[in-house]
Amino acid sequence: MTDSASEPYDLAVVGAGPAGLAGAVAAAELGLGVVLLDASAHTGGQFYRQPAPQARAARPEALHHDWSAYAGLRRRLAESSVRHLPGHHVWSITHEAPAWSVHCLTGDDGSDEQPVRVRARAVLLATGAYERHLPFPGWTLPGVVSAGGAQAMLKSGLVLPGRRIVVAGSGPLLLAVASSLAAAGARVPALVEASGYLAYARHPRALAANPQKAAEALVHGAALLRHGVRLRSRSAVTAVHGTDRVEAVTVTRLDRTWRPVQGSGRRIACDALAVGHGLVPQIELATALGCATRTSADGTSALVLGPLQETSVRGLWAAGETGGVGGVRLALAEGELAGIAVAARLGAGRARGSRIVQLRRRRDRMRAFADAMAAAHTPGPGWRCWLADDTDVCRCEEVTAGRIREAVDDLGARDARTVKLLTRAGMGWCQGRMCGPAVACLAARDGAPEPPPERRPFAVPVPMSVLAQCADQPNTAP
Amino acid sequence: MPTGKLSDVIVIGAGMVGAACAYYAAGAGLRVTVIDRGSVAGGTTGAGEGNLLVSDKEPGPELELARLSARLWTELSGALPARIEYEPKGGLIVAADEPGAAALRDFADRQRAAGVTAEEIPADRLHDLEPHLAPGLAGGVHYPQDAQVMPALATAHLLRAAGNRIRLRLGEEVTGLLTAPDGTLRGVRTTRGEVHAPYVVNAAGAWGGELARLAGVELPVRPRRGFVLVTEPLPRVVRHKVYAAGYMADVASGSATLQTSAVIEGTPAGPVLIGASREHAGFDRTLSPQALQRLAAGATALFPVLGTVRAMRTYTGFRPYLPDHLPAIGPDPRAPGLLHACGHEGAGIGLAPATGFVIARCLTGGEPPLDIGPFDPGRF
Repeated sequence: MTDSASEPYDLAVVGAGPAGLAGAVAAAELGLGVVLLDASAHTGGQFYRQPAPQARAARPEALHHDWSAYAGLRRRLAESSVRHLPGHHVWSITHEAPAWSVHCLTGDDGSDEQPVRVRARAVLLATGAYERHLPFPGWTLPGVVSAGGAQAMLKSGLVLPGRRIVVAGSGPLLLAVASSLAAAGARVPALVEASGYLAYARHPRALAANPQKAAEALVHGAALLRHGVRLRSRSAVTAVHGTDRVEAVTVTRLDRTWRPVQGSGRRIACDALAVGHGLVPQIELATALGCATRTSADGTSALVLGPLQETSVRGLWAAGETGGVGGVRLALAEGELAGIAVAARLGAGRARGSRIVQLRRRRDRMRAFADAMAAAHTPGPGWRCWLADDTDVCRCEEVTAGRIREAVDDLGARDARTVKLLTRAGMGWCQGRMCGPAVACLAARDGAPEPPPERRPFAVPVPMSVLAQCADQPNTAP
Repeated sequence: MPTGKLSDVIVIGAGMVGAACAYYAAGAGLRVTVIDRGSVAGGTTGAGEGNLLVSDKEPGPELELARLSARLWTELSGALPARIEYEPKGGLIVAADEPGAAALRDFADRQRAAGVTAEEIPADRLHDLEPHLAPGLAGGVHYPQDAQVMPALATAHLLRAAGNRIRLRLGEEVTGLLTAPDGTLRGVRTTRGEVHAPYVVNAAGAWGGELARLAGVELPVRPRRGFVLVTEPLPRVVRHKVYAAGYMADVASGSATLQTSAVIEGTPAGPVLIGASREHAGFDRTLSPQALQRLAAGATALFPVLGTVRAMRTYTGFRPYLPDHLPAIGPDPRAPGLLHACGHEGAGIGLAPATGFVIARCLTGGEPPLDIGPFDPGRF
């Protein structure tokens, strides 16, 4: 094992997306020694994902909003003293007084021989989110991709998942995905949204306070109109057709609880389906340390954060989607706020109080909007009616909806954990990231589902030989 | 279907031990209500490896219970669906050096005298049994009677096997015991009402001490924490349950500090499970990097091939520990109508059938199948 320094850094930032970048730069500019860790080779995270150099993209920013904010952060990062460690996969964080130890695997896929331990007096978790999936018959057929995955393919590889792509699911990401796919030359015959868009109207104050969000929706809306994309709200893709790959989908109208309306199914020909149901905060590094969580409006687990972005565990801060999914501008504000707060705690520089006040206001306003948005896109309990007994729910372990229903109805499972014990759903490679929300809904029967606890003691799988040397190690300078 | 008022016995705890008590009581013709504040197998049962061992037990009352259980598990494996993953795979205990091997041989001699099948394996034959074992070990002992089961599935199917003689009340916590003015037990009060029966069985595992206090009696059950490491799925690289000789000493110890000895086994689903750490840390679920590091180090020392294998996850559980390492089984002389079936520490899955069998005999006034004096709950 390599220790990156015999003396700990002031701050280790985990995740180099918008929140992590903003936090790292802000803290370094106030005089802290900062290390910025990310699994990817680039900064930018999922949002500012960039094409590989060999793709020779002339204008990667054409696919992005807010590229200027990123360009600014990237410049400040280059001018700062921040040590950026790309290709570092953090698998665990532990506390060994007086500092935190951030345990990393290295290499593109984490398979390099040499693990690294980074020590720091404070940690900022900016680990973002992953996509929420709800299964339906046919979702494992080639040609079905996740909405975020389609976006990522476009941003990083400049490739399209198909030529005629239906976009479906729920959440604001769908608008952005449909308009970028259409702009890149795909036909998008339908954008299928399970919620009613009118739901936002129930939160007029949050909307009025966030005019740029309304403007964004208008821009996407106009782009969709221009490309002839039909928006079908209160509808879902309830079946995928095709033998070797997607040939068509059935779009069905939903009632208020997301239960399919009998006889309303319509077939739409397509060769790909991009589907997603919003995002789930990626918080397992924090839950392993005992950080308190809350159930956010969209039914996911998010970290409980104090007014200055500190988690319930002292010395551990979080920003961006980890505190509840809220988008890039919120992430930028929270990251900067956290960076300033850590500097203040560690007694570095002199933070401008007015900046803190401004950032807190901005954050609170955007959080309120995010909560309204999240509430509108919470899956209704009726989505479970989309599932046939032979629909795979856990793809890693090939566990069907029928097996899960048996565990709940006949074998005494009352929560996702027991369903997992009795069926193996969630025990595979993705550790329940894919099936967790669905299993939790099925386990809850008709009650409100408890969100999965997002407990994964190893944030990524760890070679046993690395684990065998992770503790009891003397510090060694590089 | 019997109603709440028509139960002959209430079993508190839907783990493996509670399920076995319910199963054998129902088999004896009793109507049973099983109550648990959580799910089936939601406590220690769901956090174990499913060990059915005779190999780690000294001659004495616990070994007698284990031998009876081993026979009953063989019967159950025929009665329950194959999905419970019962595997009579056998255990292999290995020693790193000659003094360790000599101690193992001595231990095995005494077990053989008590009726256990134990076969000495010289160093040059260890790899016939386990081809991937590290070189240079001094020798070992093979125990063909050791077996493994998937504990959560076994519990769920055991509870279902008795049909409607067993009624399940899940997500319901027992908050008190009901007694008549003359002191006789009438049932329990729960978060959802009252359930009536003349007998109550405490199968609350690591939480059995709290339950006993509701009845006004003291049972010093304490949680002894353990971690299990789970690897990515592999083809069969570990055939038996394999562990190092130090394990028996750790089991028998009462020390509060962390003890680890590698216990390694494959599963039908593919992942290799690696135990076993023991420490008294209350009901704290916080990850212990030190425990995990030692488990990984111990496992890779015995099976170097595991070094490049990835650990996917880890989980923790709380063994119900009693100070003399023997469970409490049978009627509580201090509280008529209350019986205990808890405190099995890390051996609850293995000892469950015999425990349930004994409890059923106690409830029906039959003769216990073995001397239950050493398990008397009144001994503390």
